[in-house]
Amino acid sequence: MKLLVCISKAPDTTSKIAFTDGDTKFDENGVQYIVNPYDEWYALVRALELVEANGGTVTTITVGTAADDPTIRKALAIGANDAVRIDAEPKDAFFVAKQIAEYAKANEFDIVFTGKETINYNGAQLGGMIAEFLNQPYVSLAEKLDIAGNVATLDRMVAGGSEVIEVNTPFVLSAAKGMAEQRIPNMRGIMAARTKPLTVVPATEVSNLSEIVSYEMPAEKSACKYIEADNMDELVELLHNEAKVI
Amino acid sequence: MSVIVFVESKNGNVSKASFEAVSYGSKIGDVTAVTYGDVDATALGEFGAKKVLVHKGLSSANDQQATKLVVAAVEETGADTVIFSQDQIGKAIAPRVSAALNAGHASGAIELPKTDGDFIVKTNVFSGKAFANVKLNSDKKVISLLPNSFSPEKIGGSAEISEVSYDLGSAGITVKDFKSEGEGVPLPEAELVVSAGRGLKGPENWGMVEDLAATLGATTACSRPVADIGWRPHHEHVGQTGVAIRPNLYIAAGISGAIQHLAGVNGSKTIVVINTDSEAPFFKAADYGIVGDAFEVLPKLNEALKKFKAAQ
Ligand SMILES: Cc1cc2nc3c(=O)[nH]c(=O)nc-3n(C[C@H](O)[C@H](O)[C@H](O)COP(=O)(O)OP(=O)(O)OC[C@H]3O[C@@H](n4cnc5c(N)ncnc54)[C@H](O)[C@@H]3O)c2cc1C
Ligand SMILES: Nc1ncnc2c1ncn2[C@@H]1O[C@H](COP(=O)(O)O)[C@@H](O)[C@H]1O
Repeated sequence: MKLLVCISKAPDTTSKIAFTDGDTKFDENGVQYIVNPYDEWYALVRALELVEANGGTVTTITVGTAADDPTIRKALAIGANDAVRIDAEPKDAFFVAKQIAEYAKANEFDIVFTGKETINYNGAQLGGMIAEFLNQPYVSLAEKLDIAGNVATLDRMVAGGSEVIEVNTPFVLSAAKGMAEQRIPNMRGIMAARTKPLTVVPATEVSNLSEIVSYEMPAEKSACKYIEADNMDELVELLHNEAKVI
Repeated sequence: MSVIVFVESKNGNVSKASFEAVSYGSKIGDVTAVTYGDVDATALGEFGAKKVLVHKGLSSANDQQATKLVVAAVEETGADTVIFSQDQIGKAIAPRVSAALNAGHASGAIELPKTDGDFIVKTNVFSGKAFANVKLNSDKKVISLLPNSFSPEKIGGSAEISEVSYDLGSAGITVKDFKSEGEGVPLPEAELVVSAGRGLKGPENWGMVEDLAATLGATTACSRPVADIGWRPHHEHVGQTGVAIRPNLYIAAGISGAIQHLAGVNGSKTIVVINTDSEAPFFKAADYGIVGDAFEVLPKLNEALKKFKAAQ
């Protein structure tokens, strides 16, 4: 089984969100980067479990600059066999998807894993775009994945519950919570990761279909109004007449 | 401008999120709604659709066939803008359509685009902690509208409904089964949500949360540790790594308000926090706060609401 897992970096979930350069750039000052949780906890770990059970390889792929290498090494420490970095600043989802699809086309994988979304851009775009470029089915928001031969069975989130899906390989998925349990890399993994292959390949030209021109912060909340625990009638009154939500 | 809006149906009914998308689209240009299956599409006109194209051959929105349907409709109408709701189905299809059309995609839109000069869409990023203004440079544009961020407006028109029979190829995926979360409004669509965290001490204490939710007609939610230890089902987990919600009312009892929890709920219009600890970080994000024991406050709030409902 040949599996490809898309890995992106994301600011640590406790990072302060601020912008610089006239609100056109994310302020990286003091920000710790982690592997995007959906990519690490769910996509990568499930891919590793499948290969451990059935044989095969897990390759990670990242579109990014040398600044992404520490997060890529983390994915290798958790257990991926090798890594590919497409050397470019990710411009937008379309750009990134095109790069990954080109690589996947040339190297034929059984399953391409993406995370449900990156926790900074929350685009949830990449998997669907890669699938379209590869002309393969796409199972989004997958919570469970099992495979027997070339038939995969997945649960995926839909409104009001989950659907059980059957699909033949090759296909693309986005991994949501439930697919696997987080793995903490051990010392041996971390040591091994240093010498695992990380291949850097040049990017292909893609025109810029979208760009972020500026960022904004939400309006400050007005101060919290406190209500006595014994006075729930007042809360109900406020919810009805002031907030107008009931 | 000519706009296509992808409309989802379930058991013959148009989803609430799709009405939002149609209404949103009608503020941008002339809307042709595209839908499928055995659907009652008459109400779409009231929300601003001029035309409705129905493909009866497609019964559920699998990603490959639905993409072909939308792309064919774009070709037929010459539309320049395609609108989806950023819900579970939209997330499966919108990116595919964007790739197929070579169209820039603004994902998680929360407002109408600015179209004087550049085409700029305000979107939700950093799990609701910030917004990004995304400029779409391509001729064709795809926008995915975040559910509960645009109030649909009934304008009382009527749409011309016609059937289409485009060749959609085959479905790559087969749906074998559906496991229901149970009755009630699913969390991402819910307007009223009652949520609780580790402060409730154990799953046996959730009766008061469910009672309050029942009185309000609200959906229940929980913090991540509560779902992780199995006190509540996983689909109730809200936050940065769970479901992101934007209800009108979010009541949080016994939840500390960690930054990862807030990330999924800070789009709520009104937040009520109940916590014994007056220093709990959640109070900073709250509109109304009650420093008190959830075990006493929740039943009292339930009584007060019952009284209010009875008097209505
Ligand atoms: C990468 C990452 C992602 C995460 N994603 C999420 C996420 O998506 N969603 C999420 O929720 N968390 C998430 N977390 C976890 C988050 O950091 C917090 O640990 C979690 O939200 C705490 O849950 P809690 O508020 O229920 O529990 P606690 O932090 O234990 O808080 C319990 C609260 O209950 C109060 N309390 C106690 N007794 C009572 C009582 N009788 N009445 C009223 N109040 C009482 C306490 O004062 C306290 O404030 C994430 C963490 C990480 C590292
Ligand atoms: N620069 C990148 N390189 C590799 N994979 C990425 C990159 N950006 C996003 N992804 C993958 O695409 C998923 C969805 O990202 P997004 O569409 O940005 O929400 C992530 O969870 C990753 O698996």
